[in-house]
Amino acid sequence: MKLTKTEILVVAKLANLPIKESELDLYSDQLSEIISYIHQLNSVDTKGVEPTFNISPVENVWQPDHVEPSLTQDQALANAPAKKDGFFITEGVFGDE
Amino acid sequence: MSKLTDLTLTETLEGLKTKQFSEAELNRAYQDRIDEFNPGLNAFLTITPGNTGIPVAIKEVIVTKDIQTTAASKILDGFLPPYDATVITKLLDQNICVSGKTNCDEFAMGSSGENSAYGPTKNPWDLTKVPGGSSSGSAAAVAADLCVFALGTDTGGSIRQPASLCGVVGLKPSYGRVSRYGAIAMASSLDQIGPITKSVGDARQVLEWISGPDGKDSNVVSSKFSGSKLQNNLTGLRVGVPKEYFGKGLDQGVEKVIRTALSKLEELGAKLVEIELPHTESAIAVYYVVMASEVSSNLAKFDGTRFGHDRSQFGAEAKRRIMLGTFALSTGYFDDYFIQAAKVRTLIKQDFDQAFERCDVIVGPVSPTVAWNLGEKTKDPLTMYLSDAYTIPASLAGIPGLSVPCGFSDGLPVGLQILGKYMDEETILNVGEVYENATEWRKQKPNL
Repeated sequence: MKLTKTEILVVAKLANLPIKESELDLYSDQLSEIISYIHQLNSVDTKGVEPTFNISPVENVWQPDHVEPSLTQDQALANAPAKKDGFFITEGVFGDE
Repeated sequence: MSKLTDLTLTETLEGLKTKQFSEAELNRAYQDRIDEFNPGLNAFLTITPGNTGIPVAIKEVIVTKDIQTTAASKILDGFLPPYDATVITKLLDQNICVSGKTNCDEFAMGSSGENSAYGPTKNPWDLTKVPGGSSSGSAAAVAADLCVFALGTDTGGSIRQPASLCGVVGLKPSYGRVSRYGAIAMASSLDQIGPITKSVGDARQVLEWISGPDGKDSNVVSSKFSGSKLQNNLTGLRVGVPKEYFGKGLDQGVEKVIRTALSKLEELGAKLVEIELPHTESAIAVYYVVMASEVSSNLAKFDGTRFGHDRSQFGAEAKRRIMLGTFALSTGYFDDYFIQAAKVRTLIKQDFDQAFERCDVIVGPVSPTVAWNLGEKTKDPLTMYLSDAYTIPASLAGIPGLSVPCGFSDGLPVGLQILGKYMDEETILNVGEVYENATEWRKQKPNL
């Protein structure tokens, strides 16, 4: 299976990854090769087999609902590249804000 | 007495207890070796000298309060975590000190250490060879005696494979044995933190320290690991030998060393049983769907808002895996790729369940080859992926795996992989320790 340059651009957009025009050929070739390899999975008979998403047997883990110390606002903000009045500055959601 | 830096953790603890040397002397000795050999090895990215506690190296993907933690990525350049991972808190309680952060493949993605944004780590046995990955710096630091032990993480082999290629002991615990709180997530259904050590006994000790629930990782089982007493021989032990781990792709020199180790286990009283793991050949394909899908989700949080830099700073391998995972999860492909992979994962797990009805441990090679040349596989990601054929199945099944030095091929170390039943680290550690005590491989050191 071949992943075209256009498809790479679509995937990169979905993944919020900036990809340079000059990288497209390489990623197209490499990802196509990997996906072709992965394609062998379709030849495995999985009729009636349940999928495994987590092998842990643990479920419904409960713990008392009590308050514990956590990061201070200053600590939580310490690594933020842009902040104002004790908040993170994020990119706008609407238009070009 | 041998040099302080030759001592295992167990010997170091004994030496401190009986006041044969002080913590300051111990730290000085390791610091001198780091100063001398780290520039050539590039095992440590950050060095934090101290003069108290037992100096230990921590992989760059495990957060350490106020000590730079980059996951070997430019996207986290300068990141100073505001808290310690649970494993760090547990080690600090045992008088361990963090002597530095070790290099690795970016976000633990790689099998050679070459995907680090801060340059590759070199193999202490031959500086022109890779140390394996992704816990490249941790394995190299232990092999070169730059620390008493190290912590790594293993998602598809990242503790066992570099331990094998560097001639040291590496333990991937069962999924859910050790809390991942504070481990920068790569693939959440696979990631585990574990020790890289100078002896099997050391790995047992470190696992006792770092395992157990912390209320912050819901997958951790409540029963705490505690190592049993060592047996002297392996009488009655059934050792499964999977024929799929001795097929095409296994280097002849490595096979010879592994076969000799199997004979040694027999000599020690074990009974070899041929077993089948028929879905082994699908494991890499399953892994690259499941892992990449989880990577694409986990790495979505790195956007330079709360910490770090913008997404253009990801390296090539991180970008490849994010895109591969995004593709596998996207509309129209989800059932064919992600769901199908999760179903084949069930079959791989069932292979192990069935095999363990006939044996107590499964033994084979960790890596199909010894350490390869730096740069040899970097242009062809798929070839690099195939080098993890023997470590990935156990990761998908969540079972524990140990790598123990078992000889040399072309002058480079070979590791014996011992896989155990889910949550049965005790048996694989005992088998590893009996083997280690009956051989001299552990005492071999690289000539730096």
